[in-house]
Amino acid sequence: MNLHEYQSKTIFRDFGISVPKGVIAYNVKEAIDAASAIGGNVWVVKAQVHAGGRGKAGGVKLAHSIDEVAEYTSTLIGKKLITHQTGTDGLPINSVYIEEGSEIQRELYLSLLVDRSREKVVVMCSECGGMDIEKVASETPEKIFTAEVDQKNGMKDSDIKNLAINLSLDSSQFDDFSDILKKLINLFQQSDASLIEINPLIVAKNGNILALDAKINIEDNALFRQPSLSDLRDDSQEDEQERLATTHDLNYVSLDGNIACMVNGAGLAMATMDLIKLHGGEPANFLDVGGGATAERVTEAFKIILANENVEAILVNIFGGIVRCDLIAEGIIMAVKEVGVEVPVVVRLEGTNVQKGKQLLKDSDLKITAAESLTDAAKKIISLAKGRPK
Amino acid sequence: MSILVDKETKVICQGLTGRQGSFHAEQCLAYGTSIVAGVTPGKGGQTHLDLPVFNNMQEAVDNTDAKVSMIYVPAAFAANAIIEAAESGIELIVCITEGLPVLDMVNVKSAIKSSGSRLIGPNCPGIITPGSCKIGIMPGFIHSAGSIGIISRSGTLTYEAVFQTSNEGLGQTTCIGIGGDPIRGMNFIDCLELFQNDSETKGIILVGEIGGTDEEEAAEYISSNITKPVVAYIAGVTAPKGKRMGHAGAIISGGKGTALEKYNALNKAGVHTVQSPADLGVAMSKALE
Repeated sequence: MNLHEYQSKTIFRDFGISVPKGVIAYNVKEAIDAASAIGGNVWVVKAQVHAGGRGKAGGVKLAHSIDEVAEYTSTLIGKKLITHQTGTDGLPINSVYIEEGSEIQRELYLSLLVDRSREKVVVMCSECGGMDIEKVASETPEKIFTAEVDQKNGMKDSDIKNLAINLSLDSSQFDDFSDILKKLINLFQQSDASLIEINPLIVAKNGNILALDAKINIEDNALFRQPSLSDLRDDSQEDEQERLATTHDLNYVSLDGNIACMVNGAGLAMATMDLIKLHGGEPANFLDVGGGATAERVTEAFKIILANENVEAILVNIFGGIVRCDLIAEGIIMAVKEVGVEVPVVVRLEGTNVQKGKQLLKDSDLKITAAESLTDAAKKIISLAKGRPK
Repeated sequence: MSILVDKETKVICQGLTGRQGSFHAEQCLAYGTSIVAGVTPGKGGQTHLDLPVFNNMQEAVDNTDAKVSMIYVPAAFAANAIIEAAESGIELIVCITEGLPVLDMVNVKSAIKSSGSRLIGPNCPGIITPGSCKIGIMPGFIHSAGSIGIISRSGTLTYEAVFQTSNEGLGQTTCIGIGGDPIRGMNFIDCLELFQNDSETKGIILVGEIGGTDEEEAAEYISSNITKPVVAYIAGVTAPKGKRMGHAGAIISGGKGTALEKYNALNKAGVHTVQSPADLGVAMSKALE
């Protein structure tokens, strides 16, 4: 789950990590009040959306007067921001973060994440802050430094010092850096983060180190034990169908093609998409109905699939293990009747009670095409999908 | 022969009295698995499914001499269950539970490192030696005893590989679902090594998916250590970059771990790769000719 910058910075403050003064605003009046309360004569107006690349996309504005703060706020709020991470639809800007202007001496990059190959939390940092860090990593990997965090003992002082040296920090800044890093490690573990990214972490003109940006991701599997963080979820930043799917224990991701699929198991669901593509079609979505698929869930799945107007055919691919094929067949029949599915449906069933399931589909007077195998299913669905891939 | 589990394997079920534990333990018992006890804290002394229930793993191990445990406890408690199993001297821990927080797995991996216990999972279908021992949630009836070892990161996709090798008349020695989580127990290489050393296993099927670099590392291992034919399929060729496809492991990060990279590495290692998940069985028959 993503947090907004302003939420992340509130958490940073709670953990004693320095950030510039800032206030969240949902309208022009609040923005003016915020800027006045912050004081000074330069403010940054930052669109709050769940995506990187805001600066380049025009979502971060430097204001030199309260009037400019008001002007930028009114142009941003209510609009959609399209960055390289949002897709072509963009994400709605419902709030802006008003922050004091900072006098920047240097821009650094600092992040914490779980490294799956080392099976540890790692710290990643670079002197190349404020830019596209993925580009830095791929073009000049020697400019990225990493260090491991021990789950019990945190980081060794010597490792922290090495990172500080790698970042060319002045020795007078080592203690400051060490303090920030230790607090970030604590924050990472306390809040079950999967990522904390600060780009840039700045050295101000006065030598202080502070987080100019803040991005925290909380691991979804741990939300059950992070109730106060769960409350920070912003539904407006998520795909509506994907969110709806989650509430029904379905795992759905919308894609650009015209052939929808409904599958049990994430791996088989990906494989089904691959198979459609391999035979010349374009998948409209990824949908895993999970191991405990019920008739109700299958019905909800059909509704979510059909909310995508690009869908011109639906492929159901179920390998019944614990789930019985006859139950799935009943679910399909119920769903097709209830939801009123108008597009062609191809069903491939295999596994537990497969014969019973196939018979049920055959006996229903619905227009459901049975497939005999995986390949047969892919070929049939493609020939039935009338449109061309978009 | 088979790897890791066979007819003699004695199993303790952690979380036996829960809904999931009860249901699946019953299925395993019906398949012929020798489950000898259950563990549920606070329910020691009771009997469930005609099995003795203990309060903790140490008591269960002391009373049964079992070497394997299967775990169905809820995600919030699963990490502790794994560590408890390792501390009680269990040799093979099979954790079926899904949804473990990743930081819990970071803790688990460092905690069990020196224990000598092997871990399969979490978030996996389990392990089965057809006709002898089923530890997990896979449908037993699609399996048949035979000569193919199957290793897979995905549950239902494992069933495809099993189903196809059964249809081809090849059957399986042992099938292992290693799970799709980013941090997990046994990886491809651990399983490959065991299958290579198992005289009955004639060929190995590897089912991978996008994310991480396990398949690339497996490819390197195969080229220098595996003499048996290996057939591989990687799911997620069409998965768009940066989108999450259910498994936490299926995230493409930093341009690494794409299906294309994995296929390239496997092809280079002489693995018989297939582009369609429907071709696994046929490709294995061909590779064995």
